[in-house]
This record gives sequence, structure tokens and C-alpha cells, in this order.
Amino acid sequence: MKPQGAVSLEVRRLAYAYPDGTQALFGVDLSIARGERVALLGPNGAGKTTLVMHLNGILTPGHGSVEVAGLPVRADTLREIRRRVGLVFQDPDDQLFMPTVREDVAFGPANMGVRGAELERRVADALERVGMAGVADRPPHHLSFGQRRRVAVATVLAMEPEILVLDEPSSNLDPASRRELAQILKNLDVTVLMVTHDLPYALELCERSLILSGGVIVADGPTDKLLGDGDLLAAHRLELPYGFAPPAHPR
Amino acid sequence: MSAGHHHTLYLPGDTPIHRLPPQCKLLAAVGFAVAVVATPREAWWAFAVDVLLLAGVAAVARVPAALVLRRMVIEVPFVLFAVAIPFIGLGERVEVAGVSLSVAGLWAAWNILVKATLGVVASILLAATTEPRMMLLGAERLRLPSLLVQIATFMLRYMDVIIDQARRMRIARESRGFVARDIRHAPTLARSAGALFIRSYERGERVHLAMLSRGYTGQMPVIHELPAPRRDWAVAAALPGLALATAALAWSLA
Repeated sequence: MKPQGAVSLEVRRLAYAYPDGTQALFGVDLSIARGERVALLGPNGAGKTTLVMHLNGILTPGHGSVEVAGLPVRADTLREIRRRVGLVFQDPDDQLFMPTVREDVAFGPANMGVRGAELERRVADALERVGMAGVADRPPHHLSFGQRRRVAVATVLAMEPEILVLDEPSSNLDPASRRELAQILKNLDVTVLMVTHDLPYALELCERSLILSGGVIVADGPTDKLLGDGDLLAAHRLELPYGFAPPAHPR
Repeated sequence: MSAGHHHTLYLPGDTPIHRLPPQCKLLAAVGFAVAVVATPREAWWAFAVDVLLLAGVAAVARVPAALVLRRMVIEVPFVLFAVAIPFIGLGERVEVAGVSLSVAGLWAAWNILVKATLGVVASILLAATTEPRMMLLGAERLRLPSLLVQIATFMLRYMDVIIDQARRMRIARESRGFVARDIRHAPTLARSAGALFIRSYERGERVHLAMLSRGYTGQMPVIHELPAPRRDWAVAAALPGLALATAALAWSLA
């Protein structure tokens, strides 16, 4: 599926082997258009996290290239790449490392040189967008898990990224927090790449899905169509929850 | 996570002392301690003046005396050491209630006791009126080595997370029937401590990745301007200034 219009993320023939020789990616190709919400599905060990680490240059490709809105990921573009790609990690306690929520949300833009009133505005704005404006002066460890995940999203929004990359956004959330986060993500007007094996969540939030398995993209298409294909899912160790049936898709 | 809303040493308030910029208070406390140490030990009255100065600070900051006294318990190990000196000291001796004590030892004990106590009380007052986070910002403003300040900042943030993890590991041990009774259980506890260390280390790596992802380049960005006007410095200088004047007077009278 080739996206139309401006491209937010372009990955070409990306291959990577860890220093110990384990090959994790075998030539990944994918392209995400601006404004799209795309789910990256795959079983544990498929290379999802390895792929994500390439998107903001924490890992350097062994082969192939990554481009964010036309800018290639290279040592000399890292600063701008990290502003453009907002990575939300799975454990909010890893993401929220400053003593207060306000300082944490300010960390990214302050590193980009934003100061004073503009910094204040960015922080207030980002917290507002995730519905957490009231907790700016609290220490992160006094928030509930769901609140911390939302603040983690705000820390990245404050950098005004081109693309938001979420690693397992629904993990460890209770059903209410899960729904609230979905609502927030739906209302953001940014490009989203969501790494998950929570298939119903992908169906709810993303029109399009990619399946990464064995280090390559094995499927790319509308989420409801992919989730309706039982054989495809079974072949890549993906399963719908018991009793869950995706809405019928005209074939 | 069970810790209260504020750090345990901090006493929330909105007094002139609470409002002083942290870097001023830090320097004032250090300056006071230096002035106290520089006071001759024979000048009893000078130490009485220093006590009055601290009492004045406590009154303005509305820190109750009972709270200060309770926290002075931290000093006990040093006190025990000081108490031993008159017994083991050499030289001229005096009889006090039938016990022979060394005069030089008594002076040394008094010297340690009074100066340490005044220093401890000054830092108790500092901790009670300054949030730990502000303390670190103050340290940063005073150009303390940035790496040390960062390490302390992370300790402040992750202390509760690590304590919580240790608590979960203890519950997991006890759920499987483990009770630490004697030395033979030490290897199990040591392995738990090791596992906790590895987990914390791995968290450190993940936090570092998260920092890199948000543009960290080795320096913490300046988020708080935290200005200290000359007036605040003048207010903060009052305590060490008066203590220093007292010490100087004591020397000139000696």
C-alpha cells in the first residue's frame, strides 16, 4: 500500500544485526504518510523494538536507510531527528525521570533550546492535550499508572514531533485508562506509529496495520482485513482475544 | 510510592525563609557551620549567641523546637564518640562524682559536641525549609559538578521506585515461605540484593535511552531560571555574618 501525499516516515531495505551476530531485521520496507495512524503488529521477538530504535537513531542501520519527513537518520542529523520522532517507551517510569511532571515535559524542548514563555506554553499545551494539566507540579511517582502513561505521551508531544511512536501503549492499563488513552490518541492530529500485540486496540485506533515477523514486513493493509485473516494471524503467532471477532470486511 | 506528598524532611510552609532562593540558603548554612567551627571553644557565650541565631531562624521559619529536637537523633552516634573522650583522654584529670575525667578530654568532647550540634541544627533547618528538589537546583546554580547533581537528582526520582521493587521482591520471597532467621539465609538475601542491583542498572540504561530520545547531550537543560536578587543574598548572609562576627569577637576577647 503506497501512501498518498507527504511522507512522514520512509524505511528502505533496513537490515540490522546485533553486535553478537544475532540478525534481527532482514530488509524492512515501510512508508507512512503524514496524518496516518498505523499499527505495527508482531509476536514477541519479531524485531519490533529493534525497528523502533532505528527510527530515532539509537541504533544505526547495518544496511538500508530511514528518513523522517525527507531527512535521513545520520549522525549529523540526530538532533533534528530526535525532535521529529517522539518515542514513548513502554514503562513510564523509564520515560519520566525528572523530579516533577512539569520539568519532565520541559526536558525535551529545553534540550532543543526552547526557553522562557515559549517553554511554559509548550508544557501547558502538551499536558492539556493529554488531559493532565492539573498535575504539572506533582512528582511522577505519585501519579497512577494510567496518568503516568499519559504524561509520558505529553513529554513527547511537547517536542512537537512529526511522528509519534508508541511502544505497547495499552500494556498494563486497566480498561478505563485504556479507553481514555485511546480517546486522547484519536484526538491528536499527529502521525502515529503504534507498536503492539493488542489487536483490538490496533483495530480501534489504526486504519492500517503492518505485520512484522521474522525481521521482515509480511503484511501491510487495512487493519480489519488483516485481523479477519485467521490463517495470516496464526502463521505469525498473533491471536485475537477469546470471543473477539473483527467486524466483517467485504472481500 | 507510599511516601507522602512531600519529602519526609521537608516542612511545607510559606515563610520568608522558605521563600529564599535555595542557593542562598545552602551557602548560608555552610557559612554558618564554618563560622561556628572557627569559634574558640572556651567562649561559652559565643555558642549561646549561635544557638539564639538558630532559634531566631527557626522562629521565622515556624519550625517547631520539638521537630528539631526529634531530628537531632541523627547526631547520636557522634555524641557517643564524644562522650568517650573524657574517659580515655590523657593529661590533667578532675574528679566528677567520683569518676576521674581528663580535662583536655572534656574540652575536646565539649568542642565536638557543641560545634556538631550547631551544624546539625543548621542543616535540619535547611532541610525543613527547602524541598530536596530545590536544594539540587540551588546546588546546580552554585556550579557544583553537574554530574554529581544529576546523579543526586536521579536518586531523588528513583528512590521510591527502587524501594517499591525491593518490597515486591521481599513479598515474593515470603510468599514462598522464606523467613530470614539467621546467617544461613544471608546468601538468599545477597542474591536478592544482586538482582535488585541488576534491575536498577538495566533501568538506568533504559532511562538513558529515553533521555537520548529527547535530545539529551550530557548537560541538563536549564528549565528553572531561579534568580537570586541581591536582597535575598543579603537576608541569607545575616546568619553566617552574625555568627562570624561572634567568632571574631570571641577571638579578640580571648
